[in-house]
Amino acid sequence: MADLTANQSAPRGLSLPRVNSRAVVMTLYLLFLLLPIYWLLNMSLKTNTEILNDFTLWPDNFTLDNYRTILTDPSWYMGYVNSLIYVVMNTAISLTVALPAAYAFSRYHFMGDKHLFFWLLTNRMAPPAVFALPFFQLYSSVGLFDTHIAVALAHTLFNVPLAVWILEGFMRGVPKEIDETAFIDGYSFGRFFVKIFMPLVASGIGVTAFFCFMFSWVELLLSRTLTTVDAKPIAAIMTRTQGAAGIDWGVLAAAGVLTIVPGALVIYFVRNYIAKGFALGRV
Amino acid sequence: MEKTVNQKAWFLVLPVLLLVAFSAVIPLMTVVNYSVQDTFGNNQFFWAGLEWFEEMLASERMWDALGRQLMFSGIILAIEVPLGIFVALNMPKSGFWSSFCLVLMSLPLLIPWNVVGTIWQIFGRVDIGLLGHTLDALGINYNYTQDTVAAWITIVVMDVWHWTSLVALLAYAGLKSIPEAYYQAAKIDQASRWKVFRYIELPKMMGVLMIAVLLRFMDSFMIYTEPFVVTGGGPGNATTLLSIDLVKMALGQFDLGPAAAFSIMYFLVILLISWVFYTVMTNLDKREG
Repeated sequence: MADLTANQSAPRGLSLPRVNSRAVVMTLYLLFLLLPIYWLLNMSLKTNTEILNDFTLWPDNFTLDNYRTILTDPSWYMGYVNSLIYVVMNTAISLTVALPAAYAFSRYHFMGDKHLFFWLLTNRMAPPAVFALPFFQLYSSVGLFDTHIAVALAHTLFNVPLAVWILEGFMRGVPKEIDETAFIDGYSFGRFFVKIFMPLVASGIGVTAFFCFMFSWVELLLSRTLTTVDAKPIAAIMTRTQGAAGIDWGVLAAAGVLTIVPGALVIYFVRNYIAKGFALGRV
Repeated sequence: MEKTVNQKAWFLVLPVLLLVAFSAVIPLMTVVNYSVQDTFGNNQFFWAGLEWFEEMLASERMWDALGRQLMFSGIILAIEVPLGIFVALNMPKSGFWSSFCLVLMSLPLLIPWNVVGTIWQIFGRVDIGLLGHTLDALGINYNYTQDTVAAWITIVVMDVWHWTSLVALLAYAGLKSIPEAYYQAAKIDQASRWKVFRYIELPKMMGVLMIAVLLRFMDSFMIYTEPFVVTGGGPGNATTLLSIDLVKMALGQFDLGPAAAFSIMYFLVILLISWVFYTVMTNLDKREG
């Protein structure tokens, strides 16, 4: 941890060994963050007997059975498939509609633009609990209940505003001269947008996709309310580990670990934009 | 950037408008509809006027839930904001360790909310959880399903675990935008660490921190899944926050009228805070531009 100490000027003349307070704080904080996750991982690699009878800090009888249960039982792994389907659909829909809108907000003034931008924000802030019942009735009445598209559309409630705000934040950084030059060179709007503009904000699009994916992936209330069997997300399936013989802790933990994986896999690529994404494209 | 006036830009915004109208306005109108009507089943509705609103405003249940909600949001803000700033100040500024910290800190933010609940439900159990077991071994009576205080501590610690990183990441982004020259000037003036924080870092972070506070307030104000998984609103109603109460009312008991009136008042509060948020954001944008 050599570079952690770079900015430290420790008091001289103390006989105590120099303690790097920064490293200590960060270590403690990260420990606090990782311990509960470690415990979940630890449990997922144990047998239920070991979980319930011996209190062990790491698995004594290392087993992958819990993961095998999930990955071989369709009623389990279809939950992941369902979640992935609606999350991908939602990300695609959100990005498609948000890209032109964010461009408009970043480049032009038009009647009611500020009101519209604000109204979008209120939807990002809207409590899903308020929308659970109306969504249930709306999607039941149009025959979309328990379909992936219903959940995907429901999640646009907060993901489209999020996408518009984040993309607008990125697009503002692209100088307007580029647009003008392209139009003078005879590009049509569509061609300019796809060939020139989108590559310029590629990182923004990537970050937005990540956040749409993530917020749709972590949401449970709406996706649970709108599905029963065919499109039931993994998050809702997890609640059924409570069988006749009590809760199957090992499988529950394994299912939990598997839901963390998608986020953990791509987090490295967006690490510098995490703050920007969470702050809706500002910062 | 100078924006030009162009009414045709509306065409670019139209898809968003239609989509969000479908997923937000129609459901919201349903809610408004229910809030002013009464039903005896069979889809027969009667005009009830403001009856439900009056009933909800007079009901202790809602005020209790609101009180608990404000207490929860207040507590987590009081912990997460200072802690987040503190962590951000201690984060490595660049290089491998900076990325390392960023990635690990972001991890809790990406976990599905019910899994967050599950993690803490397990972690706090006396028989199989590390935290519960340790506390038990230390002789502390800790049972979050029976004891109100323990339940509250559990959901507060869980939220701190879940979201402090967000505050830290935002504060860190604010800190990184401070030019090195500021620190050098402070060094020449022999400013103390506290003075550097108070007169350089804090003012520079103010905008970002406002965003962090508002985001955390909003999100904690509508929190549902995590406490629901851990405590289910109990023991008794001790941890029944606004959203949990609302879902109980709307989907559990199907009390449409009161639930709708509740929703609308809930939404008005959200609207108000959103407006503050928006004002802060636009002021921030102006300062940058």
